[in-house]
Amino acid sequence: MTKTPTIDRRAFLKVSVTAGGGLVVGTYLGALPASLAAELAGSFEPNIWVRIDADDSVRVMLTQLEMGQGVMTSMPMLVAEELDVAWNTITTEWVGADGRYGAGFGGQQLTAGSNSVRAYWRPLREAGAAARHMLVMAAAQEWGLSAGECTTDKGRVVHEQTGRRLRYGALVDRASRLSVPTDVPLKEPSAFTLLGTNVARLDIPEKVDGRAVFGIDVQRPDMLVARVLRCPVFGGTVADYDADRARAIKGVHAVVPVSAGLAVVADTYWAASRGLTALSDSVTWDEGPLAGLTTAEISRRFKEKAESPGAPARDDGDVDAALGSAATTFERVFEVPYLAHATMEPMNCTAHVQAERCDVWAPTQGQTPTHQAAVAASGLAPDQVFVYPTFMGGGFGRRGEADFVTDAVEASKAVDRPVKVIWSREDDMQHDYYRPYTYVRMWAALDADGTPIAWKQRLVQPSLLARNNPGGLARTGGIDFISVDGAANLPYDIPNVRVEYTEFDPGIPFGFWRSVGASVNGYVVEAFIDEVATAGGHDPYELRRQLLRNQPRHKAVLELAAVKHGWSTPPPEGRARGIAVLECFGTIVGVVAEVSVPSSATPGGAVRVHRLTCAVDAGWVIHPDTIKGQMEGGLLYGLTAALKSEITIDRGRVSQANFDDYQMLRHNESPEIDVHIVPSTENPGGIGEPSTAVLAGALVNAVAAANGRRIYRMPIRPEMVRA
Amino acid sequence: MVSLSVNERHYTLDVDPDMPLLWAIREVIGLTGTKFGCGIAQCGACTVHLDGAPIRSCTTPVSAAVGKQITTIEGLSPDASHPLQVAWIAEQVPQCGYCQSGQLMSAAALLARTPQPSDREIETAMSGNICRCGTYQRIRRAIHRAAENA
Repeated sequence: MTKTPTIDRRAFLKVSVTAGGGLVVGTYLGALPASLAAELAGSFEPNIWVRIDADDSVRVMLTQLEMGQGVMTSMPMLVAEELDVAWNTITTEWVGADGRYGAGFGGQQLTAGSNSVRAYWRPLREAGAAARHMLVMAAAQEWGLSAGECTTDKGRVVHEQTGRRLRYGALVDRASRLSVPTDVPLKEPSAFTLLGTNVARLDIPEKVDGRAVFGIDVQRPDMLVARVLRCPVFGGTVADYDADRARAIKGVHAVVPVSAGLAVVADTYWAASRGLTALSDSVTWDEGPLAGLTTAEISRRFKEKAESPGAPARDDGDVDAALGSAATTFERVFEVPYLAHATMEPMNCTAHVQAERCDVWAPTQGQTPTHQAAVAASGLAPDQVFVYPTFMGGGFGRRGEADFVTDAVEASKAVDRPVKVIWSREDDMQHDYYRPYTYVRMWAALDADGTPIAWKQRLVQPSLLARNNPGGLARTGGIDFISVDGAANLPYDIPNVRVEYTEFDPGIPFGFWRSVGASVNGYVVEAFIDEVATAGGHDPYELRRQLLRNQPRHKAVLELAAVKHGWSTPPPEGRARGIAVLECFGTIVGVVAEVSVPSSATPGGAVRVHRLTCAVDAGWVIHPDTIKGQMEGGLLYGLTAALKSEITIDRGRVSQANFDDYQMLRHNESPEIDVHIVPSTENPGGIGEPSTAVLAGALVNAVAAANGRRIYRMPIRPEMVRA
Repeated sequence: MVSLSVNERHYTLDVDPDMPLLWAIREVIGLTGTKFGCGIAQCGACTVHLDGAPIRSCTTPVSAAVGKQITTIEGLSPDASHPLQVAWIAEQVPQCGYCQSGQLMSAAALLARTPQPSDREIETAMSGNICRCGTYQRIRRAIHRAAENA
């Protein structure tokens, strides 16, 4: 710490105010060392979101956390647009657990559901607009003018008639004495100068030279590192163990029981891992009631559940009558597997529990769940627990959980030192909250012209709503609105539509996985409408256009994807195309997939994807390149799932363990992707997840176009596609 | 005691010779830019250079690095001025960023031996590095950009 003279800030401000406010502050500070100047100068904090310092720097507080989706840039852009400041004066600071910042999800601080821009664009723009208004008022007072005579220009208040200008930094004291206005008008989108531009993302420079601090990089004085040994069977517990086995390993400090199992606490990850291996040889488990469960048994139980009708989430017309009397009817069954999130950075957390405080450093999607877990595990009061978010090496829904927080807090409490818990890849793969297994029955009825007149979907899936709100299904008539996203809001104009939901949970932990309900329904609905079209003798693209006659945004997205891809021209020799469109989290996204299906003699994956052309209507745009990046990444996340991913259960445990048996799409399998944004003045939709949901439909439809094989089960295996 | 040379600095470490180089770099030396992803040489997040060649530090014991020049992301350039780092920013490659140290180290080794790589050569050299955010297309573009500007 550098030692600086201390002057009471309030006393100084009183002096400065007496001496005539902001201008005098600026003059006086010119003679002081910069560090002291910053300390003394005072700042203007009109609200919880923004602080302007005398040196003109603008600090924007971030409650939404960065996992690659660009919030560290998009959130401050919203403030800066209305505040009217130069982009290079912006700095950001993550906020910990602080209830004042929660919006959406019942006031929780949670970066999930593609909700950041949707929940925060208005408060952040209002914060910037209010601050600007106050700075204008302050300058007008200074000049003896009315606010209406003044305007702003990139961090300065301007009086154009006289050419007078004042820096925001010079106005901080006077502005601080004004009352905060409400109802300051926001700009029309046509007046945006910053929003809609591709400013350089603020998080990227530190991600190209190793400086960025992810949770796993947190270092604390005197810190130990731990691994947690968990029962491989879900729901199992420790029956007996010999801690001396682990303690005999050099560098191991302790073996401590934690809620999830046994924590091996050591000097390094390597020592903890060696200790864990030694310990695991000595452990006996009480494997619990799931010890015999297999994927085949899970599938059988889902099928059984799907034999009875579910709770109707949508019921238009008379589906059963139409199905009973139509010229053509058919039924298909779709199944999708459990999926792991497989973030590149395995789960981890660092905690330091002391007598009267608990500090937690976490790569988390939610300050609120992290704080709640740390309060519970530490036994301290909420105001004694402090959360410090870090960068996340991927989130995809996994980091909205807090199991890794509980691990670290319990381990630190037990050893009375700071502890960083790091999960191995195997721990991460085998103890996830998986995208739930889902079983879907689909029925359609076509009239004599092959036009669909009835559509019925019966979805059986574990309930995220009930997991988050026990008893919640009793209040919704048995319907999980999360599960039926992408199903109940079927955009196609069909007179008789019923969508049913049945809750069923075989006991495997499940959670939110990028695009959530739509990750299943996007595939099922778009695959089935495609089959309905061809069964009725229609072109799948033309039938969609016709059935989207009352959905102009969907139709425009569909058409843009098709036009930009060149849908009307035949694909190159040996290739075929499929198309899909859907709405997810307020955004409409469409994609054309161009594929070839290798013959059985060709080694490699079941389907080769050459090109993806994506169109997206996400409302008015904050940062076009971030939208493109999220579409690109979301499509590849969906492509990995569709081509490669399946978590299977054997004897109550996960069969996959690492990237050798739960494989990821790689460079040499990555298609060319073009993204096109539909100009829109609608309010913003989410961008982190929708493209993941739309990919599988377009992909399986392309396979069907290639050789007539329809895919009813994910992932696509070679034997499913070879003619 | 094990002697290592990392980014042209010498370190003497009191570690088990079997300790993977990754953990010696991250937890003993304290350079955390090199990442842990899988521990079995499947994802490339831990890629560093050993005498200029890209290796997976998660499965390389420190004993195998003795007497060799180890370069990590922190040593790729003193000030993020390597043509690939400049290109990574120009193409706005990273999303979460976790895999990018490894991607950059693999790409740097590629350009050192193949200054003007084709798409095919990029695919071959880079396919050991997984990116879960799906930035492959931007990585390909950035490598071409760096090759042009080198």
